[in-house]
Amino acid sequence: MSIHNPPAGWFKAPTGAERLWVGLALSWCIIMSVAMPYWHFYGKQNPTGESYKVSVQDFGQRVGEFVRAHQVGDEKGIPIVEVPPGGDGYMLARMWSFYPILKLKKGQTYRLHLSSSDLQHGFSLQPLNMNFQVLPGYDHVLTIRPTSTGIFPIICNEFCGIGHHAMTGRIIVE
Amino acid sequence: MASAVESLPVSGNHDTSEVRTCETTTLPVCLTAQQFIRWHAVVAVVFLLVGGIGALLLGLTRWPAVHLLDAQWYYRILTLHGLNMLIFWILNFEIAVLYFAGTSLLNSRLASKKAAWACFVLMLVGAVMVDVAIMQGKSDVLMTSYVPLKAEPHFYLGIILVAVGTLIGVINFFATVYIAKRDNTYEGSVPLIVFGAIAAAIIAVVTLLHGAVVMIPTWLWSMGLLENVDPAWYRITWWGLGHMSQQVNVCAMVSIWYLMGTLTVGAKPLNQAVCRGAFVLYILFINIASAHHLLVDPGVGAGWKIWNTSYAMYLAVLASMIHGFTVPASVEVGMRAKGFTRGLFGWLAAAPWSNPGFSGFFLSVIIFGFGGGITGVVLGTQQINIMAHNTLRIPGHFHVTVVGGTTLAFMALTYYVVPLLFQRDFYGKALCRLQPYVFGGGITLMALGMSFAGSYGVPRRHWDVEFTGSQLAMGFDSGAYTMLGVMGIGSLIAVVGLFMFILLVVAAVFVGPKIDGQAMKPWHEERQAPADAAAVDEDDHRTPGTLVLALVFLLTFAVYYFANWMWLADVWEVR
Ligand code: HEM
Ligand SMILES: [Cu+2]
Repeated sequence: MSIHNPPAGWFKAPTGAERLWVGLALSWCIIMSVAMPYWHFYGKQNPTGESYKVSVQDFGQRVGEFVRAHQVGDEKGIPIVEVPPGGDGYMLARMWSFYPILKLKKGQTYRLHLSSSDLQHGFSLQPLNMNFQVLPGYDHVLTIRPTSTGIFPIICNEFCGIGHHAMTGRIIVE
Repeated sequence: MASAVESLPVSGNHDTSEVRTCETTTLPVCLTAQQFIRWHAVVAVVFLLVGGIGALLLGLTRWPAVHLLDAQWYYRILTLHGLNMLIFWILNFEIAVLYFAGTSLLNSRLASKKAAWACFVLMLVGAVMVDVAIMQGKSDVLMTSYVPLKAEPHFYLGIILVAVGTLIGVINFFATVYIAKRDNTYEGSVPLIVFGAIAAAIIAVVTLLHGAVVMIPTWLWSMGLLENVDPAWYRITWWGLGHMSQQVNVCAMVSIWYLMGTLTVGAKPLNQAVCRGAFVLYILFINIASAHHLLVDPGVGAGWKIWNTSYAMYLAVLASMIHGFTVPASVEVGMRAKGFTRGLFGWLAAAPWSNPGFSGFFLSVIIFGFGGGITGVVLGTQQINIMAHNTLRIPGHFHVTVVGGTTLAFMALTYYVVPLLFQRDFYGKALCRLQPYVFGGGITLMALGMSFAGSYGVPRRHWDVEFTGSQLAMGFDSGAYTMLGVMGIGSLIAVVGLFMFILLVVAAVFVGPKIDGQAMKPWHEERQAPADAAAVDEDDHRTPGTLVLALVFLLTFAVYYFANWMWLADVWEVR
């Protein structure tokens, strides 16, 4: 009984169904442990967490230069910026929008730099439902390759104050 | 009373005026411990009520058809709900459990009354301080208080006080275990439940130290005494507190599963070495599990993430899978020994489902295993986490661990704590019998709704799925709305179950019929085993029914796990 001191000799190996179960459970845990590294080498979705310390000023400056160099239009005053294939794209999260709108091409690879100029934010790409954390002071670099076309809204999914629910952005893929 | 003390197996270390013998279980009850158990339990239920009112408001706000609170109040109540439920309700209850395990099960007195006072007062003052800070309206930072969001200094100070108070309580428990050993109050190894409680307490110490390391600088920063707190450092350290404390809850819950199995059906663990070994795995391998909250974070690399989730997590997962087998197996052995041997599941059908101590406990096992366990491992897989981080899938997961699992197990235990330690009987027994089903059913439905809504991308901690006022419009698939409706209805049912519990307990504790000096009235009549039952010998430890249940579980787990990998293969490539 669990509430009493166990009888002497309680320390022994499991038998029967219990032994079988411990073996099965352990095997399953090993399969799961192998699955992650396996996907790391053979799967296509493996954020590496590549990131660099960056000051808010520096990152803001890079975003500004990037927009000036590659802007191709605007929507409601927000610049639409075409990222050169294989090149770097910048997106700034701030209370309460993602800046600017990015334009990408399907099948091309891009280095997407995410950072925040104020609080923590969440980069949530819809309706794909891909989610990444955005921190002030860190340049979070995701190497992405869009595999579908369309207009993809971005929403913020880390609480960032009273306007959090209205914080959106956009990526356009052609 | 004195004669009762003499009849104990070993003499214990009590002052004779400080102990009584429980008329129902014949366990010794240290009266000092009993007093503090009562107070912590009462305070726990008060915080459960505060959190429960919050739950009602939150459920009704996230249900788009109702959308009750405005944005500011939604975030304020979310902060209140998270802290009152996850920290204040759970920790107060756990301190009570530690005091019980250290004293009654080891036949010891509580080591220090002064320390117990300090623990109680600090925990209470700290919690009230936090709640006041929240309601004053300048600490809408949610329970995680991620920097650089800033709350008022007394918000952080309150949390620090709660942590220090809890630490004192935990140390008092260790001191109790120590004096019991020193005074030879028991023979042989400690009972399994005490072993589980010790595991919980060890993890709690590490957890609370992380809490101090992260909260003290943050507090100083909130007063302007520190320039800056790094957000990545904050997250990694905060989750050392936030995640490990969940392992404390799991340990406490599993110990209660064993306890309730014993109290309700005379469950017998098959092999104590296995059960204890599983607790040891928790202690050894949970430490770096804060990793799985940071799977899509910058600042930490992929290697670190994969290593710390698989190595550390999967041995802890193994431990949970072992308990998930041994707990029902111990019930099966206990029931078969009583003659309920028919078929695979005759023992389960004949179990006392009208006893809320049993139904609450067994539902907790099922909900935690099939709901919380499976979703937890899948969401905590490094790459799959891309599709789950900060969506409603996350609260969908933890409401079937810490609510449908831990909280429901605590409720089941309460149906015994009130008669045994408050020595009062319940009013409204029919409602008591119903309550675990209402609460467990409601929370399961709510979690299902949350999980599916989260799969559509609906974020957690988000006031408006219509994104009113945003520059670039955004909306969800209509399926998401259906699922948020399911969540809303589930949350209402769960809140009804919660309020039933609080009303029944409060009525019993304060005005229930006194039953001092009597055994408690059993929650269920012992059933007669069927006459044609094959005789079972006591040492027959065959558990075919549990094995079948466990295999169904493993199959469900595997299907959900591989389905998620398949979904993942469809999203954009990312490195
Ligand atoms: C009647 C029972 C309950 C209901 C209906 C309920 C409902 C909810 C809802 C709707 C949310 C908000 C999710 C969001 O918008 O992101 C939430 C958050 C939460 N709940 Fe509960 N809950 C209940 C009980 C509990 C209990 C007993 C606990 C802990 C032991 C708990 C812990 C939490 C936590 C930690 C959060 C997250 C807070 C945050 O994101 O900062 N809940 N709950
Ligand atoms: Cu934001």
